[in-house]
Amino acid sequence: MSNPTHLQYTKEHEWLTAAVDGVSTVGITAHAADALGDIVYVQLPNVGDTVTAGETCGELESTKSVSDLFSPATGEVTEVNQTVIDDPALVNSEPFEGGWLFKVRVEATDELLDADGYTAFTGA
Amino acid sequence: MSLRLTALDALHRSLGATMTDFAGWDMPLRYGSEREEHLAVRTKAGLFDLSHMGEITVSGPQAGELLDHALVGFISALGVLRARYTMICREDGGILDDLIVYRTAENEYLVVANASNAQVVLDALTERAAGFDAVVRDDRDAYALLAVQGPEANGILAKLTDADLPALKYYALLPATVADRQVWLARTGYTGEDGFEVFCAPADAEHLWTALTAAGADEGLVPCGLSCRDTLRLEAGMPLYGHELSTDLTPFDAGLGRVVRFDKTTNDGAFVGRKALEEAAAAAETNPPRKLVGLVSEGKRVPRAEYAVVDAEGAVIGRITSGSPSPTLAKPIAMAYVDAAHAEPGTTVAVDVRGKAEPVQVVALPFYKRAR
Repeated sequence: MSNPTHLQYTKEHEWLTAAVDGVSTVGITAHAADALGDIVYVQLPNVGDTVTAGETCGELESTKSVSDLFSPATGEVTEVNQTVIDDPALVNSEPFEGGWLFKVRVEATDELLDADGYTAFTGA
Repeated sequence: MSLRLTALDALHRSLGATMTDFAGWDMPLRYGSEREEHLAVRTKAGLFDLSHMGEITVSGPQAGELLDHALVGFISALGVLRARYTMICREDGGILDDLIVYRTAENEYLVVANASNAQVVLDALTERAAGFDAVVRDDRDAYALLAVQGPEANGILAKLTDADLPALKYYALLPATVADRQVWLARTGYTGEDGFEVFCAPADAEHLWTALTAAGADEGLVPCGLSCRDTLRLEAGMPLYGHELSTDLTPFDAGLGRVVRFDKTTNDGAFVGRKALEEAAAAAETNPPRKLVGLVSEGKRVPRAEYAVVDAEGAVIGRITSGSPSPTLAKPIAMAYVDAAHAEPGTTVAVDVRGKAEPVQVVALPFYKRAR
């Protein structure tokens, strides 16, 4: 699956949308979802929590492993994707769409890559 | 050190497999979704490359006596073309490996060891063969091993062989022609389903894989990797060396004392580890140490190997050996060694999942048993 050009990416394999009214949507990339395998549990920050760019804000469990979720941005969490909490397999099937994880009111971001930069980083 | 490749390596790559280092072999972990592969084996059929397994042939007039001496089972009592699950232990009773032994002829046996222990088993058998009129031969390069597992396995094999499959019982084998190739066809497996293991020449592996794939297309056969093999065996309550079994444990510690046959009549009943195992048997009877149990969680977080099992006060009472989401039960399951006082099915204990106590219930093994 190619990396959508309208998103920005971290080296920890999260993606971030451009802000709308200051709020960006966060998810993990198809590359990350493929590497994890079937995702069975998603732990996300709570609405109202402040997350910090580059720091752990949740975890993703797959059949074989547990991985930390790193926030690509600093700011207040405004919404979490309850659908993905109920059906974590969405992260595998629609990583860039229905499998989004949470929304954040962005104050600052980590160093971000564009789609070409991320694709080059993953060696795809 | 570079990884060893099976005869099917190019085929796995053409199928887009995610590969993994398993005991020095580059093996398919999964081809797509491991959950889908798991469910295919439970409901239809799956095709596995198990060529990493370690085959050792033991032959000669005293081959049976040698195996009775070297292993804990009563191997010489096995009928020709029958198989047995058994173990090889140290003098102190510690488990070196668990094995399947196939009696391929009156004076010949095929010993199949785990990939990670194949050299250890080969060395131990070679050393223990001293004084016996028997030959121990490393046949790891002589065989590739495919497995077809699942309720449709019988029908798929039947399209490719004239062998009398209904007469081939569980834990039996036959020399057979499958897709015009000579193989050992065994009704064994590590999934909890009906199925077959096909020992063939490495040069025939690709032909057989392709023929089985074509024969199984209408039955829903899919290629399966080691990831689902692990969750299938866990649901079936089968131990995995390095997890439930180790040199620190005897077969009695693992709840598998039945594999130790003190009633052997060969070699005057003597075998490697007998004295220590008699003591372990007595201890298991009177003062059992930790017991191997099943755990089922109602939560979503998965108890994983090495996590601590704790009681209501948070005191450590055991340790997880294997844990995974169960595709069949749709909840996390695990095997664990827990103190005997907490080992009764129905007991509620907890697992320390990265700092948070997740309640789990002790259940009898296996988690899954197929309808027969």
